[in-house]
Amino acid sequence: MDAILFFVFAAIAVACAINLVLQSHPISSALSLIGVMGALGVLYLLLGGEFIAMAQLIVYAGAIMVLFIFVIMLLNAGAEPPGPKAKYLKFLGAPLLIVLLGLVGYFVQDQLGATELVKFGSKSDFGSPASVGMALFTTYLLPFEVTSVLILIAILGAIVLARKEVD
Amino acid sequence: MPPLPFPSAVPISYYLILSAILFVIGVAGFIYRRNIITVFMSIELMLNAVNLSFVAFSYKFARVDGHIFSFFVMVVAAAEAAVGLAIILTVFKNRQTLQIDDVDSMKL
Amino acid sequence: MDFLILSLIKLAVVMFVFMTTLAYLQWIERKVIAHIQLRVGPNRVGPHGLLQPLADVIKLITKEGLVPSHVNLVFYCLAPVIAVFFALIAISVIPFGGEFTVPFTNIHTSMQLTDLNIGLLLILGLSGMGVYGVALAGWASNNKYSLIGGLRSSAQMISYELPLALSLAAPLLLVNTLSLREIVNLQDGFYFGILPKWSIFALPFPQILSFILFMIAAFAETNRVPFDLPEAENELVAGFHTEYSSMQFASFFMAEYANMVTVCSVATLLFLGGWHPIIPDMLGGNYIASLLFIASGAMMIFHGLQPARKWDKFTFPVFGVVFILVGLVFLIPIVQTLLMPVFWFCAKVLFLLFIFIWIRGTLPRFRYDQLMRFAWLFMFPVALANLLVTAFLVALF
Repeated sequence: MDAILFFVFAAIAVACAINLVLQSHPISSALSLIGVMGALGVLYLLLGGEFIAMAQLIVYAGAIMVLFIFVIMLLNAGAEPPGPKAKYLKFLGAPLLIVLLGLVGYFVQDQLGATELVKFGSKSDFGSPASVGMALFTTYLLPFEVTSVLILIAILGAIVLARKEVD
Repeated sequence: MPPLPFPSAVPISYYLILSAILFVIGVAGFIYRRNIITVFMSIELMLNAVNLSFVAFSYKFARVDGHIFSFFVMVVAAAEAAVGLAIILTVFKNRQTLQIDDVDSMKL
Repeated sequence: MDFLILSLIKLAVVMFVFMTTLAYLQWIERKVIAHIQLRVGPNRVGPHGLLQPLADVIKLITKEGLVPSHVNLVFYCLAPVIAVFFALIAISVIPFGGEFTVPFTNIHTSMQLTDLNIGLLLILGLSGMGVYGVALAGWASNNKYSLIGGLRSSAQMISYELPLALSLAAPLLLVNTLSLREIVNLQDGFYFGILPKWSIFALPFPQILSFILFMIAAFAETNRVPFDLPEAENELVAGFHTEYSSMQFASFFMAEYANMVTVCSVATLLFLGGWHPIIPDMLGGNYIASLLFIASGAMMIFHGLQPARKWDKFTFPVFGVVFILVGLVFLIPIVQTLLMPVFWFCAKVLFLLFIFIWIRGTLPRFRYDQLMRFAWLFMFPVALANLLVTAFLVALF
């Protein structure tokens, strides 16, 4: 059951990710990204990350992507016209990426290939909201507070940038 | 009943390889696409891929730290989306285009 | 295997009841609005228009689904599916009653499809996903009214999700769990034997303010009057669903009503003590249902004896007898213990749904700038302050 779930949602994630890159219209890409996020949320659940799966759904898929869709609709962005792009990218980019993927895959398989199987619910509830909250407000209290400052700065930056009288 | 040829569970490395695949697709989107918003979404895809490997390692060590890291990544991504989309709005307001190639000079 | 069969049976029951409720909510809404506006409401199909939902469904199914030529076909077809899917799936974690043993067997189960320890977060996440249905419908219709509707909807959803989540966080501090079943179980009991220990009354800080904030935000999240700007019919034709017809149009309606039921259930579970009674058993709380049904049955028979319209002579006594029978069923001890929690839960949810309809009949629509100002300058600070005070008092006591 774990393997079936993994393969189904991994396939969905990869298919949506490829669709993101191939689609020429931003809205299609955004929806594909939401698909990737939903599939990853299920995989997080399989890995015992209950809180992080729900945070993925609420923050990423529910808030950030709504912002993307909102901006795409607001700008009424059309499809991307096919056009010339740096020539060497086409011939160099894809092979280099495949080499990168192969290398990463090889090292992962080499180092971690023989490790334990992922079984849903086999480990203690280290990913429950309670334990995440406990770690967040004890060990990681300072980074957590710093992120609040980061968000404040981001809000100010967004307001200043998107104000009407920008010239 | 004979055992199925299909595995009942997958090792942790599969999750990491999936993460690598998603990351590479994100990089491909980043370098091949020319619409600013799509490029931005490719960055989000890369962040998501990294999150997956954080959570996978968190499972391997049965510790919550990986979850905290991906939580912080989400927070940073939210801040980044707010500022980035504001920048995109401003660029569009001033230049009426979303193509990265057209935004190549400091002067309007 | 037992688990699978049990789940399927529960699923069938819940889906049937839920769908019927959604269909009849429409009828209730039309009737209530009609009476608020001194009209009669639907009264042609069946006695008192009771078969109107059936007629509506048949009409919508048999109608031709018209697809305008200028739409983006994929997203146009996808949008209603997304809307209705995320609206209906949330019901799977909502508990309707306590745990019980099925009579004549030894199967122990709970009146809920599944109990997650992150149930509330799941509902929040799903409600956030619902906006894509509306936004996509607006965009894919390729129509300026629809587009403005979709834009308004996404801006409104993002703005009101903050006060919604903050007002939910305050009562969670009191109960310290995210499992909806446990949240309700912790609200059991009475202060001084009379005041229920629900979150809105709970010490150290009664969550009345947070309940009101939640309800206001819920109105906005479900796009109901006075926050129905995405479908404001006198400025945007019909907003995001202008270009939809037949079943696709019905899907949006179903999604709206399902969202209403979900938020009312969440409010009931979190603030109003779920299936726990208002009146303690000692004071006869178990007989409230019988009393209510028999009293309304008697009233119907009384009206049937003095008919205002000629068909009242037949319909009122029939309904009266049915209501009295239901009331008598609630007197059987075994049924009483089984169904009283469900009765209380449904009564509270229906009361909240009635408030939704009542406000639709009462309040005018917000202007768009008022809507945003209200969210950011009133709802957000007040919810934050409420959360702060609650956290402080919980830490202190």
